[in-house]
Amino acid sequence: MNPALDYEYALLLPELILAGTAALVLFADAFRREFGVSRRLLPWLAVAGAVVAGLVSLTYAGRSENFSELLTVDDFTTFFRVLFAAILVVLVLGSHEFVERHVRHVGEFYALLLLATVGAIFMSAARELITAYIAIELLSFSLYVAVSLTLADRRSGEASLKYVLLGGVASAMLLYGLSLLYGVAGSTYYAEIAEAFSSGTAAFEWALVLGLALVIGGLGFKASAVPFHMWTPDAYEGAPLPITAFLSATSKAAIVALLLRVFGGPLLPAIDEWQWMVAALAVLTMAFGNLIALQQSNIKRLLAYSSIGQVGYMLMAVTAVSAETSSALLLHIAGYLVTNLAVFVVVIAVHNRTGDERIVGFRGLAETQPFLALVLTAGLFSLAGMPLLAGFATKFFLFQAVASEGFLWLSVVAVIASTVSLYYYLQVIRQMYLYPPDADAERWRPSVTGLVTTGGLLAGMVFIGLYAGPVFELADQAATALFA
Amino acid sequence: MTENDGLLLLALLLLPLGSALLLMLVPSRERSAIIALTAASSLAMFAVSVYVFLSYDYGSSEQFQGVRAWTWMENVGILGEKGIQLKVGIDGIAAAMVLLTGIITMAGTWVSWKITHRTKDFFILLYILAAGVFGTFVMLDLFFWFLLYETAVLPMYLLIAVWGSTRKEYGAMKLMMMLVAASILIFAGIFAIYTEAGLGTFDLEALFSADYPVSFQKLFFPVIAIGCGTLGGLFPLHSWSPDGHAAAPTAVSMLHAGVLMKLGAFGIIRLGFQVLPEGAEFWAPGLLTLGIVAALYGAVSALRQTDLKLMTGFSSVSHMGYVFVGLGTFNAIGITGSVLQMFAHGVMTALFFLLIGAMYDQSHDREIPHFSGMAKQMPVWAAFFVIAGLASLGLPGLSGFVAELHIFIGAFRAYPLVGGLAVLTAAITATYLLRMFAQSFFGEMHPAWSGMREMTWPERAGSAVLAGSILWLGLWPSPWIDRIAATVEGLQGVAL
Repeated sequence: MNPALDYEYALLLPELILAGTAALVLFADAFRREFGVSRRLLPWLAVAGAVVAGLVSLTYAGRSENFSELLTVDDFTTFFRVLFAAILVVLVLGSHEFVERHVRHVGEFYALLLLATVGAIFMSAARELITAYIAIELLSFSLYVAVSLTLADRRSGEASLKYVLLGGVASAMLLYGLSLLYGVAGSTYYAEIAEAFSSGTAAFEWALVLGLALVIGGLGFKASAVPFHMWTPDAYEGAPLPITAFLSATSKAAIVALLLRVFGGPLLPAIDEWQWMVAALAVLTMAFGNLIALQQSNIKRLLAYSSIGQVGYMLMAVTAVSAETSSALLLHIAGYLVTNLAVFVVVIAVHNRTGDERIVGFRGLAETQPFLALVLTAGLFSLAGMPLLAGFATKFFLFQAVASEGFLWLSVVAVIASTVSLYYYLQVIRQMYLYPPDADAERWRPSVTGLVTTGGLLAGMVFIGLYAGPVFELADQAATALFA
Repeated sequence: MTENDGLLLLALLLLPLGSALLLMLVPSRERSAIIALTAASSLAMFAVSVYVFLSYDYGSSEQFQGVRAWTWMENVGILGEKGIQLKVGIDGIAAAMVLLTGIITMAGTWVSWKITHRTKDFFILLYILAAGVFGTFVMLDLFFWFLLYETAVLPMYLLIAVWGSTRKEYGAMKLMMMLVAASILIFAGIFAIYTEAGLGTFDLEALFSADYPVSFQKLFFPVIAIGCGTLGGLFPLHSWSPDGHAAAPTAVSMLHAGVLMKLGAFGIIRLGFQVLPEGAEFWAPGLLTLGIVAALYGAVSALRQTDLKLMTGFSSVSHMGYVFVGLGTFNAIGITGSVLQMFAHGVMTALFFLLIGAMYDQSHDREIPHFSGMAKQMPVWAAFFVIAGLASLGLPGLSGFVAELHIFIGAFRAYPLVGGLAVLTAAITATYLLRMFAQSFFGEMHPAWSGMREMTWPERAGSAVLAGSILWLGLWPSPWIDRIAATVEGLQGVAL
């Protein structure tokens, strides 16, 4: 294919805004003395950029166009653009106090978050393998640096180094796999790969299986699927908390979006060759993520393993990919993001107060700060898939969709895994409600932005839990665009 | 029942949920406001449930009455036309269960006014539990049915672990994990049923009339029966029940043993008997066997207990065993008896737990051998206890007799040996109860208990309502039998 080179930059306006904001934040930080800009302004700049980008994204709803055959702008992309912009807003609002106190290089921190979001959006929009790879690396490189920004914590540098080294290996695997795919299919464009497979020009041979295995391994690393998850707990523990939240939210959702685009599109005709690999990865991820989480005593590591387990559910849906499972998966991702952010914003707020990362540090929170304890309880119950909250409804539809595709056994594994997860979530809830706080602990109030974000996220969890319809319809439109 | 009564069925779900929301807005130090609010809402729930029960028309050919549906989500993803609806409606079985829930929620509310530790939070969780139970009984959409079924389990952990007694953390965690683990099977069953029916809707009435191959029914009935049966205390998955009940605070034990365990048996009827009738018929002897083993085992275990609450907990396992025996007879009289038993055991066991709680709050002791002569110290309390005990051992004129008689007749018709064993169980039940009466109520009073006071007025009122129900069902059972039998005789494959 020789695509007409029509660089219609208007299609990329949201990303341009985000990248422009990143540059502006960096600039404002570097020259803040000259222009008399307060550091406190930086988070608000980032929020403003994300809000504008999110609003602009909405204007693309219903369209289906592409940027020079490299990036697709359709409802699927719009869905993730809005989602990622929203995550950025919530995260910055929920953590700006934390950043002021515990992060080196505040300007760079926000700039990296903005750039990582651009990478995440491009991952969901890519329609060409090299573009997809560059998008992944944009996200990863931003995060490699961001992980190392914790102030006065030696674990941070170590985490970053581990992440970079293992990430490099994964990238090499991914690239090798992509080159094998190119060798088999003769193109890097999704559309042409799909055509090559369905018309039979691409032979199903060992090179394909090896290529698929390497691609799945490389992407599995980025998604922290077991057995490629080793970096995850250390990176989560060493990173500043907002970056930990970002790793478990945007970064996971972006990789799932990319998997859906690739495995639901160009690689769908080769489903017999990869389905069992993804299924195995999903089962391992669900099982080990949740089992290892049982032994954690640090809240960040607990959430790291819990997010690994959550990735397992999403991989399971990729295994049984279809328009129906994809729409259920997108709904689940939306619910998961709301829930997970609620949990992290509370953890950040509590950390601001206590500076404690241990699970026992939550002791007596129900008495010192009942509202945050309620939100955290709701969030953890929702992650475990308990009713009245987002987790139950979205998991129910996701698992039902997978079962309807003939994978009842995978759904059952998933339900078992989420039952196991309830046990370790209850350990945190137990600390908050069953034990009195330390003798010198007093009642305290979180900041206004903390209250507003947690309150909003709680409302979101209950809304999706009881009336998922509107979100489900948006997810369905996005999934329909994907399979159009 | 008219279609507008469907709004009342919805009110049964919204009353407790709304009260829980209102309670969140009340400051926790305003105790009198909390009490006033819970008093009003528990009375309202009771009144609505009595009205709903009485207005169910057993003469009508409509099996489900008061049916109202609001489309919730449709034509999106896996869902087709009318994919998920908020659909309410009851049959005769659900009517009886709604009444039971109304009675016990009200009595449970009254006795909980004593609680001083975080009273408001307690009632919020208790009403979420009540909403889950009411909702499961009235819901005719499988998605909401299961959502509310799980909602009834959700608050249990905190209710027991925060407000409970004896080994509360252990009891709470064991109960929660066993029940959630059992839900895995229900999940699997629901996924399979929805996929197999292929209708794109979770409407239960549509799922009742869908065609399932016999092999599918035989495969998935046990999945559903074990999943739901665990909540109903089905042997050998009952072990959460005595520990959980012993640890739970009074009102939670009442609601849990009184109503929540019935959800399990109700689930077997709704998803098992009504969706998979041929599977149910095939597996009925299995259910019956587990039931009779549970009845005997629970009775023998109760014989060995010295803790009053553990004794009642095992007694519950035994009495729920009868319910499964009744279901397993697969004839109309046996199943009718088993629903009657669900009601009878509900009010009786709630009364037991209420009374034990009233005593334990003062004595902080539940060891039967430590007590004697309590009838002199607390005559009203002892009188209520004797009513509950006599109902439990099946004295004619009280609720237990009516229910057990139906079950025994059904069992003798189906398997005479099982009928005989069931009667033997009743004899063991009489042994442990009468022995307990003799030890604790009569004889010389132990001086340590001379400071014990009679029950408070809310406790007496709650006991009176429960005891009244025991007598009503015992002396004039036809309102129940008419409604339940009308529905049971309509079940597919059930011998008349």
